[in-house]
Amino acid sequence: MRFRDYRRKIINVVMLSLTGLCALASVSVLFFVLGYLFVHGFKALSWDFFTKLPAPVGESGGGMANAIIGSAKLLLIALLSGVPVGLIAGIYLAEFSGKTFGFTVRYVADLLNGVPSIVMGIFIYTVIVLPMHHFSALAGGLALGAMLVPIVLRSTEDFLRAVPRSLREAALALGASRWKAIATVVIPAAGRGITTGVLLALARVAGETAPLLFTSFQSQYWSQGFNQPTASLPVMIYTYAISPYENWHRQAWAAGFILLMLVLVANIGARLILSRRASPARG
Amino acid sequence: MATTTDILPSRSGNGAGGRLSSWKRRLLTGDDIAYLITLAFAVGVVLLGVLLVLQLWWQSSLAREKFGWQFLISSVWNPVTEQFGALPFIYGTLVTSAVALVVAVPLGLGAAIFLAELAPRALSEVMTFVIELLAAIPSVIIGLLGIFVLVPVLRIYIGPALQSVFGFLPIFAGPIYGVGLMAAGLVLAIMIVPFIITVSREILLAVPADQREAALALGATKWESTWKVVVPYARSGIIGSVFLALARALGETMAVTMVIGNAPLVSTSLFAPGNTIASVIANEFAEAMGMLNLQALIELGLVLFAVTIVINALARLLVLATTRRGSTHP
Repeated sequence: MRFRDYRRKIINVVMLSLTGLCALASVSVLFFVLGYLFVHGFKALSWDFFTKLPAPVGESGGGMANAIIGSAKLLLIALLSGVPVGLIAGIYLAEFSGKTFGFTVRYVADLLNGVPSIVMGIFIYTVIVLPMHHFSALAGGLALGAMLVPIVLRSTEDFLRAVPRSLREAALALGASRWKAIATVVIPAAGRGITTGVLLALARVAGETAPLLFTSFQSQYWSQGFNQPTASLPVMIYTYAISPYENWHRQAWAAGFILLMLVLVANIGARLILSRRASPARG
Repeated sequence: MATTTDILPSRSGNGAGGRLSSWKRRLLTGDDIAYLITLAFAVGVVLLGVLLVLQLWWQSSLAREKFGWQFLISSVWNPVTEQFGALPFIYGTLVTSAVALVVAVPLGLGAAIFLAELAPRALSEVMTFVIELLAAIPSVIIGLLGIFVLVPVLRIYIGPALQSVFGFLPIFAGPIYGVGLMAAGLVLAIMIVPFIITVSREILLAVPADQREAALALGATKWESTWKVVVPYARSGIIGSVFLALARALGETMAVTMVIGNAPLVSTSLFAPGNTIASVIANEFAEAMGMLNLQALIELGLVLFAVTIVINALARLLVLATTRRGSTHP
C-alpha cells in the first residue's frame, strides 16, 4: 500500500514535469529561430540590401530592393482586392444574414481558409495566368488577395458580433436607419478589432511563398508595372536558399530576418492594440 | 430582417401612399441598398469557392480522362514519356505527415496540459502568445533553418544515432543524406505543434472544474485527475485539434520542398529523399512540359484539396462537439 502511494506520487511528479518540458521545448523553438536568424541575418544586412538589385552569380554584394518593392506591390494588390470582399461579406454575415445562406457563406469561407496555399496558387494560375499567357504581379497579388478573403471575413464578423446590442438599439431608437446605425455606430465601435484582423491577415499572407511560385514568378530586375513577373521576398528566400552559392545564402538570411521581423512586429502590434481594447472603454 | 425599419417612424408620408410609399421609404433609408450590396459580396465569396472547385475539376479533365483511377495507384512519374502516377507523392505526403504527428502530438498535448492545468494564468497567457507567434513564422523561414540547421544535424548526429540503435528496422536503414522524408516530417512537426497546443489548451480549459474537483476529492493525484478524467473528457476535441494539424501538414509546401530532397521515390527508409503532393507541384508547376504534365499537376492539386477539405471538416465537427458540451456546464 505504502509502495503504491509512493509510486503514484513519483509518477505524478515525473509526468507533470514532463508536460512542463514539452511546453518549454515548444516555446524555445521560437527563441531559437529568432536568435539564429538574428545572428545570421543581421550580419548579412547592409545598406545595399535595401537599395540594390541582386548581384549576378559569382559577384559578391548586391541587394534585394526589387524584391522588397515587389512584395509591397503584391500586398497592395492583395489589400485592394481581398480586404473589401472579406469586409463587406463579413458585414453581411454579422448584420443581415439569414440562417441558411449565412451558414453557406460561413461554410465556404472555412473551406477557403483550409485550402492549402499551393492549391490557391493553382486556382489563380488557371484563371489569370493561363488566359493572359504570362506570369504577372497582378496574378500573385490576386492569389494573396483570395487568401485574405476568408480570414478578413471571419474576423470582421466576430468583431461586429461582439459590439453590444445596446449600441445598435440606441442608434435605431434615435431614428437612424439600419444601415446608418451600422455605418456610423456599429462599425466604428468594432473598428479597432476589424483593423487588427486585417493587419494579422496581411502579416499571414506576407510570408506566403507557395501561391507566388507560378503566379508572380520571380525576376532579377526592377518590378515594372503590374503586368510583368515580379520578385518578392519569400520567393527570393526560397530560390536563394536552395542555390549552391555562398553569397546567395547570406542574402537569404538577411531577407529571412527582414521578413520575420515584419511578421512578428505586425503580430505583436496587433496583440497590443487588442489588449487595450479589452479595457472597458466603450459601451 | 425588415423588422427594424417597420418600427421606425416613417419619414415620407404616413402610409397614405400604400405599397408604393413604403417601397420608396425603404429605398430612401437605404436599407435595401445596403442589404443588396453586402449580399452581393457574400454571394461573391460563395462563387469564389465554387469557381475554385470547378477550375480544379475542368483544368484536370485531360489527365483524369487519360489515367482514370490508375492515376492514384501508378508509381511512374515521367514527364518525358508522359506517364503520370501520383503514388510516390501520396506516399510521401502520408509518411511525412505521420512522422510529424508522431513527434508533434505528444509534445503538443504535453505542452497543452501544462498550459491549461498547471501553469499560473499569467505564465500560461505569455507562453501561449509565444506559441502563437511560432505559428506565424512563414513556412519559407522554417525551411531556411531546415536546410542550414536541421539537415546537417540530422546527417551528422541524429541520423547515425538512430541507425546505431534502431538500424535493424527498415525505416531507419540505408544511407543518410540529411534531406529526406525524416527532415520533412520534422519541419512539419515544428509547424503543426502550435496548432495542437493552442486548440487543445482551449479545449482543456473548457472542461468543467467539477470534473477535476471530483477526481481530486476521491484522492487522485493531480496527474491522475488530468490524465484519467480531464483528458478523456476532452478527447474528441483533442482528436479534432490533431486533425486540424494534420490538414495543415498535408498542404504545407515550402518548408517541406526545401528539405525533402525531391525525388519521386517510394522508399521504406525515412532517410531516403522523397516528394509530397505539395512539393512536387511547387517544384514542377512553373516548368511543366506540355498540357498533360500541367493537367496531371493540377489533378494532384485536386487530390490534395479534396483530402484537406474532408479532414478539416472532420476536425471542425470534433472541436465543435467538445467545446459545445463543455460550455453547457457553467
